[in-house]
Parts: sequence; structure tokens; C-alpha cells
Amino acid sequence: MSTLRALAAAQAVAAGVAQPVATVRHLHLSTRPLVLVPLAMAGEANAPLAAMVGTAPGDGRLLIVPQPRNRDQRFAFAAELAATVLPYVAAHRGANEAVSVDRGRDVRYRYLDAPQVLVPNPAGVTFLRLLGRSTRFRRVDGDYPVPMEVPLLGRWLTFFAERAEQPGSSALLAMTQALTLHWATGQSAVEDLHLPALLGWIAPPAGLTGAEAAARAEDPAVCPPAGPATDPGFDNRLLAPAIEAYTAAGDDEAARVEAYARLERLLRDQLTPTWELMWRGLGLLRALPPGARVAGRWDGDRDAFTAHAEHVDDGGAPQPRRDGAVAAAARLHRLERAAATYAVQRAYDDPLVMAEYRLTGEAFVGEVVLADPARVDDSGRRPVLRPRIQLVTTEPVLVPVGASLSSPARPGQKARVVFVTPVADGKTEVVLELSGGMGRGLTATPGSVPEVGQRLCYTTLSEAYVPSGAFPAVEETPWTHGGPPGASPLAAVPPVVDPSSAGRAAEVSGAVEPEPDPDEEWA
Amino acid sequence: MTSSEQRLATIRGGVPPRRHNARTIAALTGNPGCTRRAVLDGAGVDKPLLAERIGFPAGFGQSRFAITRGNAFEAQVKADGGAELLRLVAERLGVPVPAVASWTDLGDGADAVDREQRSAALLAAALPAAMPDAAAPEAASSDGGRADEQVRPDEPAALFDHPLLGLDVAGRRVHLEPDLVAARLGGRFHVVEIKSFPVIDGQADPAKLAAAAVQSAVYVLALRELLAGNGHDPQLVSDEVVLVCPRDFANQPVAHLLDVRKQLLVVRRQLDRMARLDTLLTAVPADFTADPAADAATLVASLSQVPARYAPDCLASCELAYFCRDEARGQTGALGRPAREALGGITSVDEVLALAAGDRAVDPEQAEAAALLRAAARLRADALGASA
Repeated sequence: MSTLRALAAAQAVAAGVAQPVATVRHLHLSTRPLVLVPLAMAGEANAPLAAMVGTAPGDGRLLIVPQPRNRDQRFAFAAELAATVLPYVAAHRGANEAVSVDRGRDVRYRYLDAPQVLVPNPAGVTFLRLLGRSTRFRRVDGDYPVPMEVPLLGRWLTFFAERAEQPGSSALLAMTQALTLHWATGQSAVEDLHLPALLGWIAPPAGLTGAEAAARAEDPAVCPPAGPATDPGFDNRLLAPAIEAYTAAGDDEAARVEAYARLERLLRDQLTPTWELMWRGLGLLRALPPGARVAGRWDGDRDAFTAHAEHVDDGGAPQPRRDGAVAAAARLHRLERAAATYAVQRAYDDPLVMAEYRLTGEAFVGEVVLADPARVDDSGRRPVLRPRIQLVTTEPVLVPVGASLSSPARPGQKARVVFVTPVADGKTEVVLELSGGMGRGLTATPGSVPEVGQRLCYTTLSEAYVPSGAFPAVEETPWTHGGPPGASPLAAVPPVVDPSSAGRAAEVSGAVEPEPDPDEEWA
Repeated sequence: MTSSEQRLATIRGGVPPRRHNARTIAALTGNPGCTRRAVLDGAGVDKPLLAERIGFPAGFGQSRFAITRGNAFEAQVKADGGAELLRLVAERLGVPVPAVASWTDLGDGADAVDREQRSAALLAAALPAAMPDAAAPEAASSDGGRADEQVRPDEPAALFDHPLLGLDVAGRRVHLEPDLVAARLGGRFHVVEIKSFPVIDGQADPAKLAAAAVQSAVYVLALRELLAGNGHDPQLVSDEVVLVCPRDFANQPVAHLLDVRKQLLVVRRQLDRMARLDTLLTAVPADFTADPAADAATLVASLSQVPARYAPDCLASCELAYFCRDEARGQTGALGRPAREALGGITSVDEVLALAAGDRAVDPEQAEAAALLRAAARLRADALGASA
């Protein structure tokens, strides 16, 4: 946690209300997002219990599974969910635009808009990922057929879940993450995972402090958990008898209808508060102006959406259970690049994020006191325009001489550090030599060189394009990574787990497992 | 009764001590620096009741569905005398699957002490065949009707269902019941833990996996003490635990090995600390009480005399956490350890804000933190002002 964020949290404690940690919105919000609040059955492997789904606050559709241990009912639920999700996805496959690639030598197309799914918390993202995993390999024929649309739903849910891993993507957002990206509460990160408590801090009801609102939100009787896990008390007192009544009804049509209605009522009561909080959270986020680079990142989501839609159209295979060695390395590389770009873009978009880098000495803001816009370096083969400016700053400057800096205000211009000279009163003089973004001749175009009196931020963070790494073809997987697939003598090594190892999910087995059987049970 | 035990009984009040189990012992490793917790758990105080009495009831409960599912899965895995289980465990350990194995159900019997003795005798008798002292004919007779046979070196594997093990926690005997102990597979004892959380594509929920590892470590420790107590090498109990979970979304069980060496160290250290409660008790005021029969105000006043070390993680593992959190309000630790560190280790929120505002005389040892906080406050104000 950065000191600035921790300080904001301390201020939130004192003020009794959450404090902003961003001045702009760092994520894209669709005009018509699909809000999805899932509930899962305790103890089961990601068995859906209910969901509320829809694209408008007054239009939440309730789906329930009256007997979550019943496989057919689970797939019926998946089919019902697909009936909402798939048309929503398809609705974004309208007009497209041409994008030039390969420096204009080629062109590709991408849809003008892309679907966006919002869930309450990271556990909701995990739920969708596992629901996608449990449905995308299902067969619509054979011994255990599932409805047509179920495997397709699984592939799209997997698409969203994989996008959610990509830093800066807005295709699938967890509301708690989206909110904590912009506000710091006076509670811990663990407590921030509880959506009602988090919103209690950000927008407490009149007459309550954030802490009081959050404490109230912790009582499951007042405020049901935002899922997918349900409150054990609710399970034991209300849900279990209702499910038993439904099962006991058997073929008695009247009793079954009544039991179903009772279950529906119970689950609606559990889901509705979270459903409303989702739209409130969305409203709070919409009130923030979007950052300048948010649209650019959304372009990436549109690209990914277009590519996946085409992959599905072309009869491509569903996403594999596990990546092979080359695909895993490429994915890791892609995610690392995305994380680095996202960090830079957020800092460039938002002075409050840049302040974190100023505090650690990776950026500084200074006033231009001298400028030589006409300076030409003629020491090389050809004379080049290399203006110099001198800034004075009160902030610590930890960048070394020779480092290449850039300014969010002038992202196309590079500034090489020539001198760093500490002077009196804790101030520092920095001389920078500029290159780029000043026209083609030996005279800078007007306004392209900072003028005396301007206050500017310079940072080591760079938006410059970093070419992506090269990876071998799958059949050329090096022996260090298990060799080409198919011949894998290393797979026989017995796996041993270190449960304390960090990571998104603890790895329990290194063994290569076969693709799941088409008749793999889901119960 | 020693003076310490007398003290603990007084603290607890007129109720019998709450019994520990593997889960509560595992939870002890969560926040080892907390004196309040060590004293209360050492005394066997009924913490859920205590928390309720002082107005901070803890919402710890388990869903009926989860319990049902857990029991059903365990029963399924152990069906047919554990034939399927034996195959899973043997294959995971990389040893040939034995054609026969004895199955001893130690889960019955009301009297814990009796059960513990029976389990101890049978387990000690089932030492791996390679060990010379494994040949105890009278024990062999009790596991599976081979009374007249001589014990041979290629003796079949033995599975013990729900043996009852003992472990000393804070000077008291605690009874522990692992799901299964496999003997004479791969030449060692293995603790087998059956959990109903799924392993999907080789990955399990990290939190559940970590909890299972600590819990299993408690069993390994108890089993090792049993062997050591009988003069055998405690290392005969493997520090790799076999975890049996449902695979993917099916009910089909799959076995994995969990290396619990690290957890063993942690549990051992905490148990040693609990055994030295006398030292901790010297720092506890003589009139300290956690007797749920006392009135709430007395209890709150009493509890506040024994320092807690609240961290947000406590909320998941300690019934008293909501009380401690309320008490820690206004402290940076309540925001989480990372926040406290990012604030230069300053304890109180008020102090942080005073240092950040620069309107407080700074102790020399706080100079660095103060400079950091002032710079942070200035930058924050600058950025928020610039955007406004």
C-alpha cells in the first residue's frame, strides 16, 4: 500500500467518510452494462443457487435453482443465464470500424462497442470463471447432453473472466475493486471486500458516519452478504427448510408451485439489496470524469471482444483448461505488459496517482526557470535540435544523470537529465535536454518547448512503446519448459505442494491431466 | 492442581474449559503475538459466549449444506472398506497398490480416554514393517483376524479410520480425530485428510488449502508424539499429508500431497508458547476475569487490562475479533498491517494526521516518518487542489 493511500485511509477514519484517491475515473463504463449478482450453494463446487441479472435497475431478472444439487437443474440455470447473457453479447456485434495495422499496410475491423459485465466482488469473478469452466466443455449430444447455448455461455464467461485478469480491462469488473480504485475507506482491505460496508463508507446514509454505516452493513440480518457465498444463518434457518419443502413436494404440483414461490421470495430478498447497491456504486463511478486514456484501453477490450467473437464464429476450440508452456509464457508476458502500461497511464491521467511517484522520487514537479529553445547539438554527423530547460523543484529528485524522463503534458517528448544540482532551502535544480515533438527543422515549433514560468511534472514513467517479446512455436517448446507437448517425461514427477506459496490459486498438482470427459458429472 | 491451573480456572469462571480441536489449534497460529488470545484460549474460555455477553457476537457459523456435503463426501470416499481410498493414497505416494489392507474403524466408543488408548496401541503396533519393533503379534491379531499368523516383513498396509490422538495444549490433554491414518504405505505413517472443497484443474481455493494444511500439521504432530512416547522415531510419520478432495466439479476423489513442514514448525512454536502460559500469566492482573457470568462492564474492563494485537485477519479466526476491532478503532493497525507500515509505523491515526499537518513537535525517532507524512499530505493536497 502506498503511503498516500494509507494517509487517505487515516483521513477517512478522522472524517468518518471515505476519501478520494483518484481525481478521474480509471475504467470504462458502458452505457448499458450487464449487472450480474450470483449466489452459490455452500459446500458445493461452484453450484449456482440463484442470480439476479439485467441491464437496468428496474429490470433485474431473478434466476433460481430450486435444488442446487440436481445436475439437470444446474444446466437449466446455465441455459436461462445464457438466454440473458448471449443476446446481450450479440447486441454489441453491430457496426464496426476499420483499424489500420502493420503501419497501414493492412486493415482489420473491430466492433464499435463491447459488452461489459459487472459483479459485486472478486469472488463473483471467480464464480463466473468456474461457471465458465464447468460449462464450456459440455456436449450438446451424447449421453449427457446439455442445452445448446450452455457451452457457448461457458466460452463467453471464460472470455470475460480472462479479460478480468488483464490490468486495465473493463470487460468484467468487480464493483468493490472498481470503488476502492477511486476511494480509500477507514477500514481494512479485507473489510472493503464487503460491498455494503464499502458503500457505507463512501456514501453513508444521512446521520451516520462511514464507520457506523459499515458496522450496520455487517449484520447479515440487515444486509445480506453480496455473494456468491450466502450467510450460514440464512442457509440453516430459511434456505434449507425451503429447499426441503420443494424436494418433498415431489409430484404434487400445487405444493411444488408454492414451495418454488417461497424459495423465489427468499432468494429475491437476499439478492435485491446487493442488486440496488450495484447500481448505486455504478452511479458513484459515473459521476467521476473518465481519464484521458480510458477510451484507449477500452479499444483493447473491443479488440479482444471482436477477436473472440470471430474465433467462435470460425468454429474455434473452447479455451483450454490449462495453457501449454508457450501459451502460458505469452500470457504472462501480455499481462505484465498490460500491468506496466496501466500503471503509467493511470499516473499520466491523474495527478493524485502521479503524486505517489512524486513521493517515492520517481517523478517531480518543478518550475521552468531557464529555457534555451534554439539550442542545436552539432557535435554529431548532422546538427540536431536539442533545447535545454532548467527546472527548480522542492521535491526530492532521485533520478540519475543520463536518465530519460517524460512529462504527462508532453508525452511525445523525451527529456534527458543533464545536471541535478541541490541548492539552498532543500531545492534542486534539474537541467533537461529535450528531443522529439518539436517539428522537423532546426527550429522548434512554437509552444513545443516549455517556457519560463511553467510548472511541469517529469517522471521516469514512460508511455513509449515496448515491443512484445518473441515466443517459439508450440512444437518448438524448449526442453527447459517440458519440450514439445506429447513427449513429456517430466510429467511423471510426483507433485508436492507448498500451501504457503503465494499466488492467485495454490497449485496442487503439476501432473498433466487429460481433457475432461464429456460425461464428467457436475454434482 | 497447580497454581497456574487454579488461575486459569478462576479466569474461566465456574464452567468447564472448552475443548480444543484441530481447527481451533490451527486457528491459534493465526495471530501468535496476541496475549489476550493466548490467555483466553489457554484458559479454555468460552469465547463465543464471552463475545456475546460484551455485546460483540461473532457471526461464526457453518452452513448446514457444507456440513452435509463434507460428511457425504467422506462417507463416499471411505466406502467399501476404503478400497478406493487405498488405491488413491498408494498411487499418490508412488507405491504399488496393495492387494489387501486392513481397515480398523476407531471412530466408535464414547469414552475418549479409552478410545485414545486403543488408537495408540493399534497405531504403535502398525509400525512400518521395516522396523524391527513393528512385530507385535498381539496387535496384529486385533487388526483383521490374522491372529495366528506370524508378522511378516511384507505385511499389508493398514488403514485406521478416525483414530483418536492426544496432544497437550496449555497443560491439558486435547483429543484429535484425523479422518484417516495410513500405515505401512511407502514405509511410513501418513495422515490422510478428506476435504470436500474441489480441486479444479489442479487448483484449490488457497485459503481452504492453507487451513487444511495447518489442521493436518496438528495431526502429524500428535501422531509423532505418540510414536516418540512409545520410544519410536517420530520421523516415521511423514511430513507429507495426503489430501483427498473432489476433482473438478465431480464427486470423484483425487489425492494430492501437501508438504506441511512449515506448518509443523508454526504449530509447534505456538504450542510451546501455550505451555509456558505461567510466564504470560505473570503479566496478567490478579483480578482478571473472563467468566461469562460476570456482568458486561466488568468483563470489558477486565479484558482491556490484557493487551490484544488486533489485525483485520482476526475477523476470520477469532470470536473476540469484533470487540478487539472496536477497541482498536483510531489505530493504524486496524487499517491493516500494510497501511500501518506505509504510515511509517505510527500507531494512532490522530498522531498520523498531526504529524502530516506538521503541527506537533516531532520526536527524533519519528523524524523520518514525520517527513514522509508531511510530504505525502502536501502532495495529496496539491493534487486534489489542482483537480478542483
